[in-house]
Amino acid sequence: MLTLENVAQAYGRKQVLQNVSFELAAGEIGCLLGPSGCGKTTALRLVAGFESLQSGRILLDGGQVAGPDQALPPERRRLGLVFQDYALFPHLSVTGNIGFGLGSLPRREREARVDEMLRLVGLSQEARQYPHQLSGGQQQRVALARALAPRPRLLLLDEPFSNLDVELREKLSIEVRDILKHEGITALLVTHDQHEAFAMADQVGVMHAGVIQQWGTPYDLYHRPRNRFVAGFIGQGVLLPGVVRSAHQVQVELGMLQGVDAAECDGGSCLTFGIGTEVEVLIRPDDILHDDDSPLQAEVERRAFRGAEFLYTLRLPSGARVLTQVSSHHDHAIGEKIGIRLDVGHVVAFRRPPPDAPRGRA
Amino acid sequence: MPWPLIAAAPPRGGSRLSAALAPWLAVLPIALISVIPVLVVVSSLVNPDRETWDHLWQYELPEVLGNSFWLVLGVGLGVTVLGVSLAWLTATCHFPGRAFFNWALLLPLALPAYVTAFVWLGLLDFSGPLATWLRETHGILRLPPIRSRGGVILVMSLAFYPYVYLTARVAFQGQGRRLMEAAQSLGLSRQAAFWRVALPMARPGIVAGLMLALMETLADFGTVAVFNYNTFTTSIYKAWFSLFSLPAASQLASLLIFFVLIVALLEYQSRARRSYAVSTRAASTPGRIRLRGWRAALALAWCGVVFTLAFALPAGQILAWAAGVWAADFDARYLQFAWHSLLLSGLGALLVGGLAMTLAYAQRLHPTPAMRVTARLSTLGYALPGAVLAVGFFIPVAWLDNLLIDHLGFAGQTLGGTLVVMLLAYCTRFLAVSFGPVESGLTRVSRSVDEAAQSLGVVGARRLWRIHLPMLRVSMLSAAALTFVDLMKELPITLMTRPFGWDTLAVRVFEMTSEGEWERAALPAAAIALVGLLPVVFLMRNTEHAHT
Repeated sequence: MLTLENVAQAYGRKQVLQNVSFELAAGEIGCLLGPSGCGKTTALRLVAGFESLQSGRILLDGGQVAGPDQALPPERRRLGLVFQDYALFPHLSVTGNIGFGLGSLPRREREARVDEMLRLVGLSQEARQYPHQLSGGQQQRVALARALAPRPRLLLLDEPFSNLDVELREKLSIEVRDILKHEGITALLVTHDQHEAFAMADQVGVMHAGVIQQWGTPYDLYHRPRNRFVAGFIGQGVLLPGVVRSAHQVQVELGMLQGVDAAECDGGSCLTFGIGTEVEVLIRPDDILHDDDSPLQAEVERRAFRGAEFLYTLRLPSGARVLTQVSSHHDHAIGEKIGIRLDVGHVVAFRRPPPDAPRGRA
Repeated sequence: MPWPLIAAAPPRGGSRLSAALAPWLAVLPIALISVIPVLVVVSSLVNPDRETWDHLWQYELPEVLGNSFWLVLGVGLGVTVLGVSLAWLTATCHFPGRAFFNWALLLPLALPAYVTAFVWLGLLDFSGPLATWLRETHGILRLPPIRSRGGVILVMSLAFYPYVYLTARVAFQGQGRRLMEAAQSLGLSRQAAFWRVALPMARPGIVAGLMLALMETLADFGTVAVFNYNTFTTSIYKAWFSLFSLPAASQLASLLIFFVLIVALLEYQSRARRSYAVSTRAASTPGRIRLRGWRAALALAWCGVVFTLAFALPAGQILAWAAGVWAADFDARYLQFAWHSLLLSGLGALLVGGLAMTLAYAQRLHPTPAMRVTARLSTLGYALPGAVLAVGFFIPVAWLDNLLIDHLGFAGQTLGGTLVVMLLAYCTRFLAVSFGPVESGLTRVSRSVDEAAQSLGVVGARRLWRIHLPMLRVSMLSAAALTFVDLMKELPITLMTRPFGWDTLAVRVFEMTSEGEWERAALPAAAIALVGLLPVVFLMRNTEHAHT
């Protein structure tokens, strides 16, 4: 459906995108996730056609829409766009906004389509209102309806929820996903918020420094990060020093980790590290359980109350720190020693960087 | 839904080039119009006529330079003191009458300076009502002479202080009270906090307003003409219409441009810095210092005195005089003057508005540095005095006329006798007035709105029609209104370049005042002032809304 092949882009001497390739199947929702300045918005604008592509190819439905020396102008790509600021036309009513891109349809069909879209996003009551009379969430849905009305081949969403408050953001991202799935729309989303990405997307590409670091399902990104950046950017966790003891075992301060999956080591195999190699193992908060009976003791260094649970930062005897998530019934003071136990389902390890390189918490 | 495989899109080279060229074809002529008068006038410096030059240096320039120097100094000081003090009081303090003075202090903008000037002359004349009253009831025979340097400075300060008042007030309001409170919490007294925090922070805004006021001072013709206070503009007028020496007029104009450009440069710089000060507005909280007792009385008195002298008294006197001569003086000629004023101002506003829209839109489509510079250059005319523009356009048009007569066999004046010179000069002088609102209106339309329309298949002229023009309606209306009123008040260009028989209300005011017929000048002046109220109301609403 949507294919990017070796897309690269530079502005002046700054390389904004390098070797970006991915594919979205029809009906799939993809997401480019990354910190600001990682190049994700540029990638989206290249697909939309607002930037001219310097190298690589972009294909839609198997047809090329942009190559190094030819490009289809944005208005002919038949894409829907939802902008970060919604970009609603303030002088047009909700109906006028949604019907804006339907100019080529006969009047009756146009009205029918607008009605259909109004029902889809649940704004039939607000049809005659103007954008400034609507709440943020409603404006968002008008923007979505306007983009979907002309039946685009692909929907592009640029940080669509970033202007909403946190609760609405979650509710609306689920709602939007339902609408897109219901309509069978292929969509590409760009965001810096991993909760949004996980709630919306089937496939997520984590971007950093103009490169897609990893492309996969949200589950894979969390549990099988391919490199340090992904490990650190997705979810919480720390990197704990360890030593490879065998092809399937890594020794860390907290014990021996079993069942090392060769495929999960730095994108390759722990075997290539060789026995005795110093590595760093990713430990998520859910890999460490609080257990009063455990002989392993760690000191509470910091605590963050989150309602249902505490996130404790624990100091190990060696001085290394780990995070653990504990039910909020277990209220421990700072400085207190508590028992912990490892419960690592699979091991993600990276070669330890040379001593002068930055290290520590992922 | 089937979608045909994309045929090779048109090669980008050709269409891109023409797309990049089109805006320039529209913009370059506009820029050229603005640059021509400057080049024409400045070129007279390159090739000076020795005799004229010597004459000017000997008889004209010593007086003109001295007069201009003291005028700029005096008016600069006057508008700063008036503007800053009034802005501080109405923006940050609370006292009885503040809400009224907040907008009423802008009203002097409705009165052209030459109107305020002739009213004050009339009032304080030996035979004027005030002088007569003082003489007969109090036996005061001698008033301080109004027809003096001090008099001109006083009247101009009263007429131009709103420029500083406006920008300073925006600056003070933008600071909010929190910064003052921060300063006070660090141990400064309120007075010290004003001098060390509020005033320095507002300085870019104050300087910008001051420079605008000084530009108006240098450009002014009507006021100094009424006062017989010889400056560059009156000197240019005299050289042209009494001595019939266009070279002399042109050389005087070139000197004036030199001074004006210095002021314009300072204004431009302060405007660039002003944007930083405003950005803190989001963090500001409303809230005013409550004045009590004698402080409140003093604030009220100060605002009241300035308001009375700058607006209430002149406006009232105009109405009184106009009512007195109404029956005797109002006739068909007045309808003709009014019609000419309306027609020329309307025509000019349409023309200027169209050019401004073209310029702003081209800049929108091509936000390149070269385009920005060209747009700035095109709007530089607001700094050029009308007298300079009149000379700067008359010379090339007369030259073109001769060319047409010599080579194409046209008889008599072809362009010179038409409205061409006048309209060209109008465009140059007032393009910035229209460009400002249109440009800021366009920048408020976010780029993503353009892209949204484009992604929905609406581009080019259809996008302009369906998106930009409707969204810019208010901006364009305010641009046209502001330009219209400025054109109604305009004096030197109209006076110097109008074709025979094209007298306007402003010209009528000038002719009556130069004969000392104050009462008869009041009737057209009242009409101008009435129209002039419109944009002031506009301005008041805008500045109030921006901060509530």
